[in-house]
Amino acid sequence: MRELYLAGLLVYAVAALAGLAAHFRDKTAAWVVQALCYSSVAGALLELCASVGALIGGAEFNWSLPSGIPYIHCGVRLDPLSAYFNLALSLLAACISVYSTGYLKHGAAHRRPGLFCCFLNLQFLSLTLVFTASNAVFFLIAWELVVVTSYFLVVTDHESEETRRGGMLYMLMSRGGTGLLFIGFLLLAGAAGSMEFQAMHGSGDKLSPVLGGVAFLLLFFGFGVKAGIIPLHIWLPAAHPVAPSNVSALMSGIVIKTGIYGMARVFFDFYGVLPIWAGMLVLFAGTVSALLGVLYALMEHDLKRLLAYHSIENIGIILMGFGSALLFRSFGHPQLAALALVAGLFHTLNHGIFKCLLFLGAGSVLQGAGTRNMEEMGGLIRRMPWTALYFLIGAIAISGLPPLNGFVSEWFTYQGLLAGFGATPTLTRMAFPIAGAMLALTAALAAACFVKAFGITFLALPRSKDAEHAIEAPRSMTTAMAGLALACIAMGLGATWFIPVFAPITQQALGVQITHQLVSGNGLLLIPGSIRSGSVSPLMLALGLVALSAVPFALWFALGRKSPRTTGPSWDCGLPGLTAANEYTATAFSKPLRMIFAALFRPRREIQAEFDVSPYYPKAIHFESEIEPTFETHFYEPLWAGILALAARMRKIQTGSIHAYLAYIFVTLILLLLFGVRG
Amino acid sequence: MIEKIASVFFHLALVLLLSPLVTGFNRMLKARVQTRRGPSIIQPYRDLHKLLRKGMVIPDTASWIFSATPFVLFVTTLLASMLIPTISANAPLSLYGGVLAVVYLLALGRFFLALGGLDAGSSFGGLGSSREMTISAIAEPALMLAVFTVAIGAGSTNLSIVAQSALGQSWRFLAPSQMLAFAALFIVLIAETGRIPVDNPATHLELTMIHEAMILEYSGPYLALIEWAAWIKQLLLMTILVNVFFPFGLSMTWSPGAVLFSFTLFIFKLLLLSIVVAIVEVSNAKMRLFRVPELLAIAFVLGVLALVSTFLFQG
Repeated sequence: MRELYLAGLLVYAVAALAGLAAHFRDKTAAWVVQALCYSSVAGALLELCASVGALIGGAEFNWSLPSGIPYIHCGVRLDPLSAYFNLALSLLAACISVYSTGYLKHGAAHRRPGLFCCFLNLQFLSLTLVFTASNAVFFLIAWELVVVTSYFLVVTDHESEETRRGGMLYMLMSRGGTGLLFIGFLLLAGAAGSMEFQAMHGSGDKLSPVLGGVAFLLLFFGFGVKAGIIPLHIWLPAAHPVAPSNVSALMSGIVIKTGIYGMARVFFDFYGVLPIWAGMLVLFAGTVSALLGVLYALMEHDLKRLLAYHSIENIGIILMGFGSALLFRSFGHPQLAALALVAGLFHTLNHGIFKCLLFLGAGSVLQGAGTRNMEEMGGLIRRMPWTALYFLIGAIAISGLPPLNGFVSEWFTYQGLLAGFGATPTLTRMAFPIAGAMLALTAALAAACFVKAFGITFLALPRSKDAEHAIEAPRSMTTAMAGLALACIAMGLGATWFIPVFAPITQQALGVQITHQLVSGNGLLLIPGSIRSGSVSPLMLALGLVALSAVPFALWFALGRKSPRTTGPSWDCGLPGLTAANEYTATAFSKPLRMIFAALFRPRREIQAEFDVSPYYPKAIHFESEIEPTFETHFYEPLWAGILALAARMRKIQTGSIHAYLAYIFVTLILLLLFGVRG
Repeated sequence: MIEKIASVFFHLALVLLLSPLVTGFNRMLKARVQTRRGPSIIQPYRDLHKLLRKGMVIPDTASWIFSATPFVLFVTTLLASMLIPTISANAPLSLYGGVLAVVYLLALGRFFLALGGLDAGSSFGGLGSSREMTISAIAEPALMLAVFTVAIGAGSTNLSIVAQSALGQSWRFLAPSQMLAFAALFIVLIAETGRIPVDNPATHLELTMIHEAMILEYSGPYLALIEWAAWIKQLLLMTILVNVFFPFGLSMTWSPGAVLFSFTLFIFKLLLLSIVVAIVEVSNAKMRLFRVPELLAIAFVLGVLALVSTFLFQG
């Protein structure tokens, strides 16, 4: 396993160097770019094999490379949790690399393909290291490497102002998050007396309750920035849409999951037990992120921003699983905690798969129709049939509809929340069903949002010239999407065969083997602990759907076979023919929800009519509508103003005089010496 | 095994044949209360027979989604109905999915129906799709709270086990939590089946319609499937209400006497519920669209109260 893992890293590294070398040649040949992408595929497949081996074969290993610098050595460890996230990463990396072979022929990344491939491979490399680092310092180095490489990937199209802003916001917020992580890790490492993850196991419990709580909060919010929990989410909808689509897929599919990995590592490895408020906080943050994420997604008509907001929603659903797992552990129910943890982890992988698929689909649409604005699309299902089909599969999966993978992990989340009512005392138990109701609302709103996203983009008449002449994506891009769509179906129908993968993880995290209690009925049924409390079988439901379709076909055969079937225009109320202007728009589609949740959105609209003679005969109508970006205006703008005011004050001590700076250094030194003597 | 297959076919026949009758009965009742004569109770069967044999017109803007929608809708609704106990306390396929699967199978059908509405390319379809998805979304929290109350009471999401556990304590429906959950689910039933005061199934005026706007472009056999699916969904939700809260007479065996007895009782319970629905329909006016969330908020509050009283009275 170790050889496979290291070989994968080596392939990434070599491909990155080769990309850089290709960049400095005058012109990068197309075959070089292809070769670079395919070598990433090879690296990803090696990593995939290593992770599968480590998960199933239980071949956990440690390996380290001394760096010669004290406290820093490049230790890696492929334990079950790391292997699981590395599995998700390498699966998506392989699909994204295949997609890139076709995608890099056009667009902004096409201009510097060598450099792009270099950063893409560095990104894969650093993500692998984040998931497998066994040492806090090395982890943070890899973590920063991810930030830097993804920043360069995001700003590929740096000629555009919007891109630079999005990239900078991402960079700034990530830096802030890393700052929190540094302090949190230092507190835990101080308690453990070592920077090694293995020594830090259970170190959170050694801290005093206050310091332990502080470290928990620092790490939760530090990782929360990366995961995009509300209110730390604002970089996601800014950075994801401006990046090239394969990068957006990578960011949404796996980069934000590094935050989830960090939380899983901290919550279930570094802390053996956490106070109840911690679990409640995670559950609450998850519920709020899920609901607000989907509500903001509904208001978007930029296809990629819409998908970015859905990432926030799904991170929320994952955290609902984690939060209930923490609460169950606090109340002494490790079995239920394992159920909820499996729900969260399974949703992490599932979301990675379908979100990657949807972003790749959006990338094909963007290349085919030349716009991200859904109001200018329409009718693409005829011009881009394969992209439409795969996007539809992704849309069904992300809406949590059976029998695909999103349904399975949401089902487990529901079962965890249901069990919470009986398993916890006092009023905390009310939190579970309320969270369940909000999850139901979230899922239903997600379905509404994807009816909008798919319906407005792909169905009915094209709304612009570009959409009318859209072209289907090349074979390589549709192949990558087909692979992910198949994964959505396989993870749904074959969930019972996938669940045992979680056995070593729950064993490691909570000390219980639960997976044999999650599968029953000869591997057909998924159950939450016992078959009496409920069961579901996505495979049998799918077979049931197929079998029952005999009924409508039989009816049609018996009665309607001979009846004529003609095409004609849609009902146009007697007007001379329908045009695209008569179609419902994305803004109109979400209007009822905008009105219902007006307290949140504070919608504003402006209508100006130009007329010559009478206001009843307008020549042109100007319509403008927007919603208030609540978090930006009420949280970040005051924060930003505060930082600027503080900076203005600090300018007074920043005189620029070398004497003053020498004095500052001297005073600081004296203070530190005094502090040292006292300690 | 034979018994299992027989029960599947029996259940299938029951759902397919009974659903138009319930709709016919409901229409007849409404007509009588409004002192109209109204159509015959078997008119829905005649409609189905007529529509299935008619030719159909497909909008020229439509894609394969438009044609797939009636089948997906019909099959998902039918499969959802197989997870619910009707006259036997053992639904044929309830092991393969509990109440959550029922909710999400219906959502899958609705997802396609809304896409079908958009595919026609006129404003009506989009209007209907938008409203349908909105109302179903805001009905969802109340639905899920009621489901949670019932599932927590029975300790299971498997509807057969829920019904059997309710059968064990026949007077449980008098518990405040069950009554509140029933009230919440009743409001959801009204909203989900598109009844007055939420939607008017008898209207074709663009300002008031939701479901009918979405299916405006469907004709012939496709329309028949969609209508039939809507009736099955209505029967299915009514069955959940009567059998989960008032499980009297659900048979545990397949002896002819027991089946006949429970069949009679099942019809009787459905009739009673139909009467209640009809009375609600004729004694209310249709609400403005933006008043509907208030009604569903009431359902949500009822659901929360149901849970709180579970907490208070069952410890």
